[in-house]
Amino acid sequence: MTKLEELTTKCSPNWCPGCGNIAIWAAFKNSAVKKGWDNTNTALVAGIGCHGHILNFTKITSLEGLHGRPVPVATGIKLANNRLNVFAFTGDGDCLGEGGNHFVHACRRNHDINVFIHDNAIYGLTTGQTSPTSPHNYKSKSTPQGNPDYPINPIAVAIASGATFVARAYAGDIQGTTDLMIKANEHKGISILDILQPCVTWNKEQTHDFYRANTYYLGGDYDVKNKEAAFKKSLEWGEKQIPIGVFYEVDEPSYESQIPQVKENPLVDNNPVRKDLTDLFEEFV
Amino acid sequence: MSGPKTISIKVGGQAGQGIKAAGQLLAKTATRSGYNIFTYTEFPSIIRGGHNVTQVMISRDEVTAATRMCDVLIALDQDTIDKHKDEIKNDGIVIYEGEKKIDTSDLKKSVKLCPIPLSKFAQEAGSNELLKNTAAIGAVMALLNGDLKILFNLLKDEFGSKGEEIVKANQKAAELGYDHAKKEYAKYIERLLEKKDNIEKKMVLSGNTAAGLGAIAGGVQFSAIYPMSPISGVLHTLAKYQEKYGYVYKQPEDEISAINMSIGAAHAGARALTSTSGGGFALMAEGYGLAGITETPVVIIEGMRPGPGTGLPTWSGQGDLQFILHAPQGDFPRIVLAAGDIKETFYLTMKALNLAEKYQTTVVVIIDKNLCDGDQSYPVFDISDFEVDRGKLTREKVEGIKRYQLSDDGISPRTTPGTGNFFIANSDEHDEEGLSSEESDNANAQQAKRMQKLITCANEDMEEPTLYGPEEADVTIVSWGSNKGSILATLKDFLNVNFLHITWMNPFPTERVKSVLSKAKYVIDMEANLTGQLANLIAEKTGIIIADRFLKVDGRPYYPEEIKDKLESVLNR
Ligand SMILES: Cc1ncc(C[n+]2csc(CCOP(=O)(O)OP(=O)(O)O)c2C)c(N)n1
Ligand code: SF4
Repeated sequence: MTKLEELTTKCSPNWCPGCGNIAIWAAFKNSAVKKGWDNTNTALVAGIGCHGHILNFTKITSLEGLHGRPVPVATGIKLANNRLNVFAFTGDGDCLGEGGNHFVHACRRNHDINVFIHDNAIYGLTTGQTSPTSPHNYKSKSTPQGNPDYPINPIAVAIASGATFVARAYAGDIQGTTDLMIKANEHKGISILDILQPCVTWNKEQTHDFYRANTYYLGGDYDVKNKEAAFKKSLEWGEKQIPIGVFYEVDEPSYESQIPQVKENPLVDNNPVRKDLTDLFEEFV
Repeated sequence: MSGPKTISIKVGGQAGQGIKAAGQLLAKTATRSGYNIFTYTEFPSIIRGGHNVTQVMISRDEVTAATRMCDVLIALDQDTIDKHKDEIKNDGIVIYEGEKKIDTSDLKKSVKLCPIPLSKFAQEAGSNELLKNTAAIGAVMALLNGDLKILFNLLKDEFGSKGEEIVKANQKAAELGYDHAKKEYAKYIERLLEKKDNIEKKMVLSGNTAAGLGAIAGGVQFSAIYPMSPISGVLHTLAKYQEKYGYVYKQPEDEISAINMSIGAAHAGARALTSTSGGGFALMAEGYGLAGITETPVVIIEGMRPGPGTGLPTWSGQGDLQFILHAPQGDFPRIVLAAGDIKETFYLTMKALNLAEKYQTTVVVIIDKNLCDGDQSYPVFDISDFEVDRGKLTREKVEGIKRYQLSDDGISPRTTPGTGNFFIANSDEHDEEGLSSEESDNANAQQAKRMQKLITCANEDMEEPTLYGPEEADVTIVSWGSNKGSILATLKDFLNVNFLHITWMNPFPTERVKSVLSKAKYVIDMEANLTGQLANLIAEKTGIIIADRFLKVDGRPYYPEEIKDKLESVLNR
C-alpha cells in the first residue's frame, strides 16, 4: 500500500498558486495511492519546463532529463526493466517542439509506457513564449504581432502516428484526471494523455474558466475502437466543443511483449557475465 | 613462401560487384592456409557504380598495414586498371577479364598480364555476375600455389545457408579460374600461399565486429545505435547476436534518442552502449553531459571520418578528438580511450563497460574508419581474465541510501528504480539524494565530487602509453588510432626510430608522455586531422610543443611508403 504522505519529498511545490501542475500532481499521487505505485514498481521521467518540477515533489525514483528527451529515456528504462510502470511527464514545448521526433516514433512503437503532456499551450519556465499548441494569432513575448503558426493537435498526431491509447484530460478535474491516468497505465502499450493545464501566469486565454466552460466528457455511444471516428473527434475544438476522455484505444501487442530477450525476465535481471564465447569467435575463423 | 615476404593483392571493380566480399574470401582462405592478413577497403558513398577497391595483405608474420604498391591486381573493370596502374610492382601480376576489351597498354612492360575469361566461367558455373569474383580468386589461388580445398571449404561455410546450389556454383567458378590459370600461366606461379603445417586457428575481424564482440564479452545488456558510416557494422553485429546472448539492440529514431535511451536503460540498471560517428556524436552531445551530471554509466564507440558536416563519409579521419574531450557545455569526468588496432578495439570496449560502471560516467572509445572497415587476423581472443565489475551498484533496498553521497574517491553508491530506494537522477544540479539544489556549497561539493572520479581513475585504472622500438632513438613518432599499424610496419626498417602510441586521452598519462618526449631528440606528431589535435592535447598537458606535425586530411591511411619518406627526409637532414 502506498500512503499519500509517503509520496512527498522535503521540497514543497514551487509552482505559481493556481497552476494546473498542482492539480496534475494531486491526480498522480491519488492514482499512485489507489494503485500502489511506489519505489518498488514504478519509475518516473520528466523533461525540462515547469512540468518537470513534479519529480522534486514526488518520492518515486526518477530521472529528470533534458528538454525534449523524456520519451527516449522512458523507453530505455522500460526496455531494461519491463516490470516497472513507467511515466514520462512532459510539456507541450518539451514533447511536441524540442522532442517532436521522439513523440511520433514512440507512438508507432507501442512501448508499454505512459506519456503525460502537461499542455499549457505556452512555454512556462522560459517566461511565456508561444508553444507548438498555442493558437493561431496568439500574442506572447515571442509573437507580439500574433502567432502566424497554426497549433499542432497532439491527439490527432498521436492517433495518426499509431498510438494505441490516446486520451485528453483537464487538470482542473482531479478525479477525472486520476481515472484517466490509471486507465493509461492499465493499457498495455503506449498511452498518450494530453492534459489541458492552465498556466495562470502566462496564458490568459486557456484559463480554468475557459476549460470549465468549454470541455465535455466523451461518452454515450462513442466508440473508442473506431480509428476514423477517433481521428474525426480529435479535430473538434471550439466553444463548448473540447472533448475530454479516451479518444482511441486498441489492443495491439506491446513492444516488450514481442522481444524474446525480455519475455521471461527483465534485462536487468539477466547476468551480464558471458564467459564462454568460443562459439561466437568460431564464426569468424 | 621464403622469408618474410608480404603479398599485397588489390581487387577493384564497381560498387555492387561484390568487391569487399571477394576480399573477405581471399583473406579467410589465406588465414585458413596458415597466414596472417590485413585488409583495407576504399569505396565511395554510393551503393552501385563508383569505384571500389579492397586490398588484402598476406604474410607469414603479423601484418598491420596496407602498402600503396601491390603484387597482384584483380581488375574487374577498366577503371581499376586506369586508377591503379601506378601501384603495381614491376614484377606484379594483373588478373583481368579476358572476354571484354580491357586496355592494358598503359601498364609497365614488366607486369605479368593474366587475362582470364571470367564472364564465361561465371556463365558456365551458374550465370551469376558475382561468380566472376570467385573465378578470379580461384585464379589467384593457382598463381600463388594455394590449396583449392581450403577455398572450397570456405565457400561451403560462407554460402551454405544460401543452399547447396550456390555453394556448388561458387566451387565450380573457383575451379574453372584455378585450372585456367594453372594451365595458361604456369610460368608465373610462385609458392607464396602454400598450405602450412600446424595451422593456428585465427579469426578475421573488422574493428566494427570487434567492437560488437567486445560489447558482448563485456556484458552489454542494452544498445541503441543509429546507422552511420563507418560504425554501422557495430550495430549489425549487435543486432545479429542479441537473442542468443540475451541483450537488446534497439534502432532509435536518431542519435539523440540513442543516447537518451541508453541513459534510461543504464539508469534502470542495464549495461548500456551506443555508437556513432562525428555527426551523430554532435547530436548526442547534450546527452553526453546528461550522463555526466546524473552519473549514469554509458559507453560510446565513436568511429571517426573526416568532417565537418557530412565530410568524406566513407573515408577515415581523426578530427573528433578535441570535440570528444570538450563536448558539451560544462565539466564532468569524461573517460576517453582510443584504440590503435582491431584487437585493442575489442579489449578497450570490454574494459570501457567496466570503467563506465565503476566510475558511473561516460566512457568514449574512439576508433576510425580504417579500423571499422578493415580486417586483421588474430588467434581467438582469450577473455578468461575478464571480470564484470559493476562498481558500487546495489539492487537491494538500503535504508537511507544517498545516490550522490559525497565520498573521497568521488564515487557514490548506485542504485536503480524498482529497488525500493529513492533518488532523482537529475539533470539540474542536485543534492546527495538528487533533489534539485541551487545552494552554493552543494554545487561546489557535487562538481568536485564528480571530477574526483577522474583522479581516482588515473590512479587505479589508467594505462601508460606504449613505447615501441628502442628507448633511445634519433626520431620519436607520437601518434594514435589506426596509424599505429602503418607506423609499426615502417619501424621494422628503422632501428633508430621509436613510436609512442597513446590510448588514454582522458585521464591523460602526462608524466610518461612528458618523460618520453622531453628525452626525445626529434619528435614527429602523426595524425589525420588539420590541426594536430593530439599534439595540442600534449601541449596542454605537458607544455611540450611538437613542431613537426605530419598531418593528413584526405581520408586515406598513412602508407608505410610515405612514412618511410618522411623519416628519411628528417634523418638525412
Ligand atoms: C536544449 C534546450 N533548449 C532550451 C531550453 C530552455 N527551455 C527550458 S523549458 C523550455 C520550454 C518549456 O515549455 P514546456 O515544455 O511547454 O514546459 P512548461 O514550462 O510550460 O511546463 C525551454 C525552451 C533548454 N532547457 N534546453
Ligand atoms: S509559469 Fe505557468 S506553468 Fe509555470 S508554474 Fe507558473 S502557472 Fe504553472
